[in-house]
Amino acid sequence: MRAFDYQVPADALAAMRAVAGNDSAVFLAGGTNLVDHLKLGLTHPDLVVDITGVTSDEVVERDGGLWIGAAVRNSDLAADPRVCERYPMLSEALLSGASGQLRNMATAGGNPLQRTRCGYFQDNTTPCNKRRPGSGCAAVGGHARYQGILGTSEHCVATHPSDMAVALSALDAVVHVLGPDGERTIPFTELHRLPGDEPSRDTVLHHGDLITAIELPDTPIARRSRYRKVRDRASYAFALVSVAAAVDVTDGVVRDVRIALGGVAHKPWRAYLAEEALRGQAAIEDNFREAAAAELVDARAVDGMDGGNAFKIPLVTRTVVSVLRGLTQENQ
Amino acid sequence: MQTEINLRVDGTDRQVTVDTRTTLLDALRERLANTSPKKGCDHGQCGACTVLLNGRRVLSCLVLAVTAGGKDVVTANGLAPDGELHPVQQAFLDNDAFQCGYCTPGQVCSAVGALDEFRRGWPSHHGDTELTRAEVAERMSGNLCRCGAYTNIVTAVQQAARA
Repeated sequence: MRAFDYQVPADALAAMRAVAGNDSAVFLAGGTNLVDHLKLGLTHPDLVVDITGVTSDEVVERDGGLWIGAAVRNSDLAADPRVCERYPMLSEALLSGASGQLRNMATAGGNPLQRTRCGYFQDNTTPCNKRRPGSGCAAVGGHARYQGILGTSEHCVATHPSDMAVALSALDAVVHVLGPDGERTIPFTELHRLPGDEPSRDTVLHHGDLITAIELPDTPIARRSRYRKVRDRASYAFALVSVAAAVDVTDGVVRDVRIALGGVAHKPWRAYLAEEALRGQAAIEDNFREAAAAELVDARAVDGMDGGNAFKIPLVTRTVVSVLRGLTQENQ
Repeated sequence: MQTEINLRVDGTDRQVTVDTRTTLLDALRERLANTSPKKGCDHGQCGACTVLLNGRRVLSCLVLAVTAGGKDVVTANGLAPDGELHPVQQAFLDNDAFQCGYCTPGQVCSAVGALDEFRRGWPSHHGDTELTRAEVAERMSGNLCRCGAYTNIVTAVQQAARA
């Protein structure tokens, strides 16, 4: 690990300036991903700027919704009674991620910015276009079980690992950012990128941009919502496929619906095509299945020596159908 | 870069100069001679390094020591300050909840933290309102035991919850 300086800035502005003014500086929040990456040699900062004290660690009411300070810990957010009651999919997503210890460390601002857990990205000895642009991708034809099926490119097939981010995508959350040019907001669904020919960039943020808060808009439909995570063991594992969904059914017809998918793409995948296919349709299983099929029209499996990930395509359909069936049965 | 930090470790104020790269786990073990927290994976995957930081269970291998300045650290050692065992420690002994014992200090700190979270009403992914075996397993899933003593660990945590 290369030696680095450590700074505790006085406020968010000073933190942003410290990182924006130094190409080799990084923000440190919960540290659950960054400290591991320091050990693995995936990142070599000259300066680590501790931001745990510069943004709010509280969840507050605003405009009928909730504002989540970037320093709020995952465990506090998951246990917040307002989140549990009004946005249950978010609490469920948080609780399905990591372990009790890690949730006590991880923060609302840091969680969406964690890097992929693709084994090749985390292994400095293998080619990886995300870690070393132009070096190639070892995942295609390698271990493909955890790779993506939607929006992949010839350069990268990695998936975004966050559960929380899938729920935030379905909830149309808004990210508040402080950057060198001042404050701005980014719709959560536009925070993360698809890999294209530049997989080293996970998000649209620029160096020095500091997430200060995440805003949950007033979303009545989310009061009845679910997060379902399918994984290789019952706890403490990343998703193979996950589904965050909320649905409003009146007289047997889907009036409104939100669906986002995890474990399938380089970003939390908002399933707009499935939502569009379902609105105004009868809340029956055949329609749920057709909606999932509409979303998966362009899905493409990755071949691998482990058998590849073609299983994810039917798994998405079955998980979407199961979650929507559960939600609509409760509705009646 | 060397930095001087003040920590309260198991009830005693300690001062130590650390390189900024030093983890809290290494500071405790290598600099302060507290070998209670163990280095298992050193990547936040096994839970052997679990300590209580300002009362919350965390992984000391993923905490930079410089960020813990001014904070209160409790290891499994500190749970029995005068030799009197904490109810979780007694329950592990009563139920033979270990074999080699390497993961045990982390398991014990994690159980103390998990029971505190449960008493405060924090929900879990499993969702039982009582500490059933499945509920304990979910709340303790961040602590691996390569000897596979899970059966008795779950029983011990249930016993400690009743204490």
